Amino acid sequence: MADSTPIRKNERKLTIARAMAEAVAQEMRIDPKVFVMGEDIGELGGVYGNTRGLLAEFGAERVRDTPISETAFIGAAVGAAQDGMRPVVELMFVDFFGVCFDAIYNLMAKNIYFSGGTFKVPMVLMTSTGGGYSDGGQHSQCVYGTFAHLPGMKVVAPSNAYDAKGLMAAAIRDDNPVVFMYHKALQGMGWLGTEPAATVHVPEESYTIEIGSAAVIRSGRDLTIVSLGIGVHHALKAAQRLSERGIEAEVVDIRSLVPLDRATICASVAKTGRLIVVDEDYHSYGVTGEIIATVVEHDLSVLKAPPVRIAFPDVPIPFARVMEQFCLPNPDKIVTAAETMLGRDVAVTNA
Amino acid sequence: MIPSREQKLWMYEKMVISRRFEEAIAAIYFEGKKPVFNMANGPIPGEMHLSDGQEPCAVGVCAHLQPYDIVTATHRPHHQAIAKGVDLKRMAAEIFGKATGLSGGRGGHMHLFDSAVNFACSGIIAQGMGPAVGAALSRKMQGKPGVAIAYIGEGAANQGAFHESLNLAAVWKLPVVFIIEDNAWGISVAKAASTAVPENHVRAAAYGMPGHLVRDNDPYAIFAIAGEAIAAARNCGGPSLIEIETMRLAGHFMGDAEGYRPKGEKDGLSARDPIPRLRARLLADGDADEAALDQIETTAQSEVDDAIAYARNSPDPDPADALTSVFV
Ligand SMILES: Cc1ncc(C[n+]2csc(CCOP(=O)(O)OP(=O)(O)O)c2C)c(N)n1
Repeated sequence: MADSTPIRKNERKLTIARAMAEAVAQEMRIDPKVFVMGEDIGELGGVYGNTRGLLAEFGAERVRDTPISETAFIGAAVGAAQDGMRPVVELMFVDFFGVCFDAIYNLMAKNIYFSGGTFKVPMVLMTSTGGGYSDGGQHSQCVYGTFAHLPGMKVVAPSNAYDAKGLMAAAIRDDNPVVFMYHKALQGMGWLGTEPAATVHVPEESYTIEIGSAAVIRSGRDLTIVSLGIGVHHALKAAQRLSERGIEAEVVDIRSLVPLDRATICASVAKTGRLIVVDEDYHSYGVTGEIIATVVEHDLSVLKAPPVRIAFPDVPIPFARVMEQFCLPNPDKIVTAAETMLGRDVAVTNA
Repeated sequence: MIPSREQKLWMYEKMVISRRFEEAIAAIYFEGKKPVFNMANGPIPGEMHLSDGQEPCAVGVCAHLQPYDIVTATHRPHHQAIAKGVDLKRMAAEIFGKATGLSGGRGGHMHLFDSAVNFACSGIIAQGMGPAVGAALSRKMQGKPGVAIAYIGEGAANQGAFHESLNLAAVWKLPVVFIIEDNAWGISVAKAASTAVPENHVRAAAYGMPGHLVRDNDPYAIFAIAGEAIAAARNCGGPSLIEIETMRLAGHFMGDAEGYRPKGEKDGLSARDPIPRLRARLLADGDADEAALDQIETTAQSEVDDAIAYARNSPDPDPADALTSVFV
């Protein structure tokens, strides 16, 4: 897919928050089994706005504010899903998975397998990720790799509102558990700045995006930048700057960590011969390593240079702005890595 | 247990310092965040949870503590830190993310750590409780003096760690006191909508420990009950649970529009602001005259001003220092 977000004039744009809420509402209208649970998702409409309007339309029976009891309500979602409901539950910050992970990775992720496929677990766990606004080390993590590492749950992470709506609808209709990881800096809340490019045209009618399909959102011949969530926007900005210097970067938005669209990534690197992977999650044992391994295992001979990863160093996320910004991926780091990889004299490289 | 005149004035002083500190933080927090509010901007970025109204819970308990006693605090820790004796300058600098902060800027407002007075925080609900139990265990095993205080909000009483920690502390008879600051709200969710019992102190019975309720944010009553619970803990009497009815005068975090709060609720609370109430009581009881209390307030203000100036004038950390201190 060349462009997942076609924008024409006079078309409505939505934030990711509104796109998520719209997808949930549309699914709730057609399927009475869909319901929502989480902290502050009712009257408040979610700390990140992604359940706004649901309480008013569907009432407190189907839109349930929970106590601060993640183990209980995520475990309850597993049980309800196994019993035929389709819960959408929110873990307010992904960092809080520590208090409830058993319900997630030992129950939600394994019960289909343990039951030999006789149980279904059609639930969505939506959770916010990411930092960059100095919220400290327990409220800024991504931990994509942690979730994607453990088998039995699909994991998606949209970079824009169009994908967010389609992936949410697909996640709710899926009979498997799906973890929907949305990045706070893309969400469009009033209290935090938002990457403008995440707010895009979103059709009113319902649609789905296949979970497990990556999107090539910019094509280029010289190198491939693979990323997800906010990293996609860093990659696009870097690609623009590189283009001004004669380097054409292809940008792949994986959109889904599990399943991972390895074919799209490998095809792109086969074309460009160079790979940079950008991820806000921790550097080691994570998404960046997995993507590089995928390419290397597939066909080492296509690589013209060693792949590079730009990720969060292996340290807890510091509060101080200068320290956090030092650690985070950004367009500058990508540009520098690309220039180093290609050599500064691009004209020669492309001659 | 009745506070002495000195203890009453100490409590008043710490409450005033705490409030002045929060006011200063609130004012500075909005620098760089107007006209468009963006939490990422300004000299103090990130989430900010203020403790206005909850000061009695901090002073009434900490009046009984020594530096060697342990306090674990929450995402709303400033009043507790001040009452425990955390260095105000280095605490302010940490909240600004400066090199001179308690943790050199690595922690921030939800992660204040001061080893000199055994103070630590966690921003994850109820997760200070296990460490408080463990610190109490450590003192018992080492034969060293000290009680551990775990502060939580009422919302935390519905978290698994609450129930596990109470049981563990009770079954091992550890010197720990659990303090619930009940401000009636967990972000936008009212206590009554999330909690199966009207009052959390009754939950102590499930774990075989005494449970107490202090109504109306009363610092002297908190002092009395906490004093007994802490003395019991020191004398091998085991843990207890104290629930304090307090009030959240601020939003859950700064920038919270609080549309979920019933109209007029906050006006009613402001009328019962514990600081003017304590001032009136000190005067009425003849514990201090206007001049003495004015003096306390002036001193408190200048202590806060000094701390804020120290924080503002301190240098940013070296960005690359982010990579240090992962291991000792
Ligand atoms: C395990 C966990 N779940 C959710 C949160 C998000 N959260 C932060 S403060 C808060 C409300 C806490 O209410 P309470 O314990 O009553 O303390 P208060 O904020 O009222 O002081 C919530 C839900 C968290 N930090 N940790």
